[in-house]
Order: sequence, then C-alpha cells, then structure tokens
Amino acid sequence: MNRKDLGLLVLILVVGTIVAIINPRFLSPINLSNTANLIGLFGLFSLAQAFVIISGGIELSSGSVIALLGVIFLDLVAAAGVPWPLAALLIVALGGILGLCHGFLITRMGLQPFVVTLCGLLIYRGVARYYTDDATAGFPFGASFPWLEWLVAGRSFGVPHSLVAFILAAVALAILLHKSVYGRYLYAVGKNEMAARYSGINTRLVIASAYVLCGALTAAAAIFIAMYTRSISPSSHGNFYELYAIAAAVLGGCSLRGGEGSILGVVLGTILLQVLQNLVNLLGIPSSLNFAVMGTVILLGVLADQQVMAYRKRSRL
Amino acid sequence: MHKFLEVRGLTKRYGSTVALRNVDFEVSQGEALGLVGENGAGKSTLMKVLGGVVAPDAGTITIADRSHDKLTVQQSMASGIAFVHQELNLFENLTAAANIFIGREATRGGPLRLLDDRTLAARAKPLLAQLGADFSPEIMVEDLSLAQRQMVEIAKALSLEARLVIMDEPTSSLTQSETERLLETIRKLSASGVATIFISHRLGEVKQCCSRVAVLRDGETVAMLKGKDVTPENMIRHMIGRDLKSVYRAPAQAAGEDMLAMTGLRTAYRPLSEVNLALRAGEILGLAGLVGSGRTELARVIAGIEPALGGSMRFAGKELVVAAPSDAIARGIYLVPEDRKGAGLVLDFPIAQNVTMPDLKRYARHLLVDARLESHTANAQKESLDLRCSSVAQAAGELSGGNQQKVALAKWLAMSPKVLVMDEPTRGIDVGAKDEIYRIMRQLADSGVAILMISSDMEEVIGVSDRIAVMHEGRIAGILSRGEFSEERILALAVGRHAQQEAAA
Repeated sequence: MNRKDLGLLVLILVVGTIVAIINPRFLSPINLSNTANLIGLFGLFSLAQAFVIISGGIELSSGSVIALLGVIFLDLVAAAGVPWPLAALLIVALGGILGLCHGFLITRMGLQPFVVTLCGLLIYRGVARYYTDDATAGFPFGASFPWLEWLVAGRSFGVPHSLVAFILAAVALAILLHKSVYGRYLYAVGKNEMAARYSGINTRLVIASAYVLCGALTAAAAIFIAMYTRSISPSSHGNFYELYAIAAAVLGGCSLRGGEGSILGVVLGTILLQVLQNLVNLLGIPSSLNFAVMGTVILLGVLADQQVMAYRKRSRL
Repeated sequence: MHKFLEVRGLTKRYGSTVALRNVDFEVSQGEALGLVGENGAGKSTLMKVLGGVVAPDAGTITIADRSHDKLTVQQSMASGIAFVHQELNLFENLTAAANIFIGREATRGGPLRLLDDRTLAARAKPLLAQLGADFSPEIMVEDLSLAQRQMVEIAKALSLEARLVIMDEPTSSLTQSETERLLETIRKLSASGVATIFISHRLGEVKQCCSRVAVLRDGETVAMLKGKDVTPENMIRHMIGRDLKSVYRAPAQAAGEDMLAMTGLRTAYRPLSEVNLALRAGEILGLAGLVGSGRTELARVIAGIEPALGGSMRFAGKELVVAAPSDAIARGIYLVPEDRKGAGLVLDFPIAQNVTMPDLKRYARHLLVDARLESHTANAQKESLDLRCSSVAQAAGELSGGNQQKVALAKWLAMSPKVLVMDEPTRGIDVGAKDEIYRIMRQLADSGVAILMISSDMEEVIGVSDRIAVMHEGRIAGILSRGEFSEERILALAVGRHAQQEAAA
C-alpha cells in the first residue's frame, strides 16, 4: 500500500468515525448494506475509467453508455424475450465494441480522447432517448427473472452481490494492472508513449485495449445498475456518472496526465465518494448541497496531496 | 566605416568546460560578417551572449559606442540586435503582419483596444517589399514556405529597427533558388546600412555574401579572414587543427560480413536523398555529419520508428522490411536514441522495469511478470555495466546522465543485439563514463555486433570508429577507412565540399 492509498484510507476512517459519532445510524446494518451496494455499482465503472485514465486518456461517455446499454438490456430481456445470460453477454460485447470505436478514433484517426468520448456522451444519450421514445423503460407488470435478480441485485449474508462483483473485478484488475505484462505496458504508454514505442511496444494496441476494457466493464456495470433501478428513464439515468468515476480515479491517485494510479486507490476513492453521499443524508445537510460537498472534499484532498508532495520534495533537497 | 558592434575578450565557462575564450571581433554598419566553426565551437553560446540570454564571465560588448559587461534581452533588442533562428519563432496560426508586430499591435477603439489589422498590414507591406517578398502581409504563416517565413522573421527584425541581424544557419533547409533570394536579401540589408552576422556550415554561401569571416574553434576566434582569403579551404583549415587524443581500442578481429545493408534508403526528412550504407559485423561504424544532415532520421527509419519512404534494407543477407519498431527488435536491431530522457527511458520507472521493457514477455509466466526474474536480469546488467545506483528498484530519473545512458543501453544488451544504432551515445556524459561506454561498445563489436555510432563529437568519431561514414544533406557523402581519418577530410565531406565544387564547375 503506497502513501497516497494510506492517506485515503485514513481519511475514510476519520470521516466514517465522525459520521458514526454524530449519527449512529451510519453503522446500522441497513445503511451499511445500502452504502455497500452503491459502492459496488459505482465502483465497477470507476475501475473501468481508471484504465483509460492511466493510459493517458479520458472516458466521458460512461453515463450515457450506462443509459443506452441499460435500456437495450431491459428491452432484450423483458420485451424481446432473449434469455438473460445471452442478453448480458451481448450487452458486454456491445460495450466492448463501443470502446473499440473510441480506441480506433483515438489511436488510428488521431482524435483527442476528450473530443471522441464527449461526442459519445451526446450520441449515446440521444440514441437511448430515441430508442425508448423518451419513455421510461422497465419490466412489464409481473415479469420475474428470479435468477438474474438474485445474481445481480441479491444479497448473501447481507452482502450485496454488486459489492461482491466489484471486489472480484477489483482483484482481477489489480492483478492485470499491477502484475501482468499488459499492465506494465499501460503504465509505460501512459507515462512516456515515445519511450514505449522505442521499446517496441505496440502503443496503439495498448491504448485502444484500455477503451475496450473500459467499455466492456461499463456495460457490465450498466446491467447491475439497470437491475438495481429496475426502470430507466433514458434522459436522466446515469447522468454525471462519468464524473463520479473520474473523481474516484483522481481521488485514488490517478493523474490525468496518465501513467499513475492503482486499483486499491480507485477502490478507496469510490468508497470515500459514497461515504460522503451518505454523510450528506445522515447529517441532515440539504441534499441539494450533495455535489458541493463532494467537490469540496475532492479539491481539499488533491490540494493536500499536492502540498505534501511539494513539502517532501523540498525537504529532500 | 563606423563600427556597430565590438566584442573584446569575451569568456564564458560552464563548470569546467570553457565555451568561449577571449573572443574578439567587430561588425561595421551594413557589413555582412560570416561566422563559421564546427559543432560545439562556441557559436551558439556567442549568440546567446549577444542576445542577452547568457551572461559572459569576462569581456566587453560595445554597441554603437556604448560598452556593456553583459546584456539583458531587453538591452540587446533595444540596441538593435535581432535574431533569425534556425527554428523559426513564428506563430503559424497568425498572419505575417500579426507576426511582424507581435506584442506591438496597432489598436483602435480607444479603451476597447481592438486590433487594427488594416494598419498592421499597411505597416508590414513596405517592410516585406523592401526584402523583395512576393506575398501579402495578410497571409497566414502556415501557408508560407520556409524561405518566406524567414523573410517574415527578417521583416520583424527590421520593424524593430534592427541595426544587426544575426542569422543562424538560415539556409540549411532552403532550396537553391530560395538560398539565392536570401543572399540577395542580405545584400539589400547591407545596402540600407543594416549589418548581418551570417552563421553557416555552407562555406560556399559564406564566401558569396561575406567580405569578412570570423572562425571559431574551441571557443576562440582563431582567424579573421578578409577579402581574397575568404575561401572554403582556408575556413576549413582554421576550423580544425587541434590535437585529438586517441581513445581508440583496436578490434579483436577484422570486420565480418555485411550485417545490415541499406540501398537507396530515403527518409521523409530528405525525401530526395538516397542512403547507401552497409554495417559490418564486429565493426564500429561512425556516422559523422553536421547537425541536421539527416543522421537521426536515418536511425529512426532503421529502427522502424518512422517508415522508409523508399529503398530497401537487407539484414544478414535477407530482405528486411521494418514496418514497426517491433519488426526491427525481433531481429536484434536496436536503437539507443539521442533523446535519452524522452525516448530512451521512462524516468519514473525503476531501473529494472526500464531494462526489461522491450522484452517483458520473456519475464512473464502466464502473462504475469515475474519480478524476481526481472530484478535478476537487471542486477546482472548492473554488474556488467558497472551501473552506480542504490538498487535496481531506484527510479531511472534519479541517476546521473552517464548511468541513465547505461540503463538505456542495458535494455538492449539484456537481449543480445545484432545491430546497435547509438545516436550521440555520450552526449552530456562526463569523461569517465564516456570511456566506459566506449569500452562496452568495443566489447560488443568484438562479440560480433554491428554498431552504428552517430556522433557530432569529432574526437569521438575519430577516436572510436573503425570506419567513418559522413552524411551531408541526407546522403552519404563519403566513407573513410581508419588510415584516411582526419578532421579535415570529415569536415570537407560534411560541408559538402566535393558536391559544391562540382556544382560550381
């Protein structure tokens, strides 16, 4: 565990303790379980975002992808009668294909990641609204998919399965990012693309694959989120989710310049964001201030980190 | 004629190296003075001193009868000194007129300070006309040719009422007819009383446009040629002439077969020039030439960083197509790039991770990196290269220049090279580390590796190479064997003396 992650963990514990003292309901099983569910849901696509950010890019279309793939998934399962495992597979593949398109435009056509994914944000949102005629998509009355519901929205021993999925994904991705050849290449490309190229690394492939991975994982998150909300109004579903993801990644030590960050950091970043959301509810802060609280904490966190870094640099000289 | 600029006893040291030593010269009003010297003779430092960027350690600079110990950038500009740099400092996204008057825009609308483009263009027009420019002041700079852009720079200098325009290698990327036009422009400047310092490696052009030539060598003005003494032969004779101490280590055996042969190879940098060159196994081939002669670009094509524009390569007798760096690497053709920090290393990565980067799959089991195997290899390289570091887990960026270069080398030595292209292998490295790099290079060559060493350091080229190829404007101008090595021959080839004599005949 590096210094940044440790600082983040301490911050989470401090904030958690304060909230628990002021309002003991924070530690009630129901509240913990709900918060854990949200951590799982938001964590899945935050991890996805981290891969793109480490590659030196950015993915702004996550929220729109979650809306579009969510309505398609519900439509496939509820209206078209596609068996849900097949539908889930299709959705994940579709997410990967969208990521592939982004990767192609960025690495082959030379467009900037910000521009490509901003266009994605607009396009997918529009398509989702057109697809459903701007109506709320959901399950018809009485429809029931017990297995699917248990698997993605259920709980075992009080632990929400979204959290389980998140932890499994985090472990797998931590191994991929921190131990595998691919992970090393991703850091190298993010930090110094030219040196990576001179070393014979296929930098385009590495960058594009980060978007594919991000797309597929975001698609999986879309299924979890769709089954959690059970109905999707395509104009608001997933709004600002990309910003949650970017915030979690940045809090977790990812640099928007690329080449930095860890899975553990992103996990902790996600937890902190959800604890903050929870804090706003529990402490009776007007929920309209939700974003303001989140923004302030992120700003202070990043500022403190910068100051500590500068101090350490000075004292080393 | 009245003196505009007089420099006396100018000295500048960087640490233990002396960049300028008692430099003396003067420029009269409207005179065109040539300034020549090898790479590293001190020309750039002298320009920086005159531009007010660098303060000299001793000496005086007298401009229009006012003496200074040193200049600031503002003083230099205010006294009428202007620069036309090799890399032009223009905003391509603005018009020619806007560039000429950047920072001094004409405005209208009083406190609103709106740009008055019409006035700008009207003021730029006579300046450009004076230089014989054939384009409108309202054209975007990105639509201008290189020669036209230089005119914009010169017009900018004139608009600042420059009395002395210093041109650093202004013709290096110009065509023949563009060059003629520039030389004509210099004559026009002279006629209107504006002096020029013309820095160039193209000695024929220096002869054409300058009545006097100052020759710099190792930071000293070694000659001031006048009138009929201004000949390329004289300039070359004065540019060289120091004793080179030999650092040569003889190879263990004679060079072997051709390892990498290039035929008619063309690069995007000089699309019309073809390179024919063969590297032999067990040999260090020095590649000399002036900065900008296309050596680095050739190295990048060999390593697959850039595609070749035409021509072919053969590796160990077989046709070689390099479409990507991985194609070259797969055959053992490696490049240690000139830009160590930008292209050679990931500075934030530990030494070990830098060393294994090009061959990481070999250190992986089931695609997961085996950190123990990795640090084992890195430690082996650390031993054999005598790398000074606290451990191989130290970030590469924390090392000294010489040790960084060893890490950049270790990347490739860990995977048995066949051809090693080293671009300026010892630039910015101290003497002790240099010698170690030379020793390593000779060991590699003796083990059968073909080495292409690109170097702008004469001492290095002559001291280390078994043969020397000299590049001039994208072509191999000549190849010298060890017995023929002399600074004079290399320089003559590098400045294209033979080509120029033929062209003149």
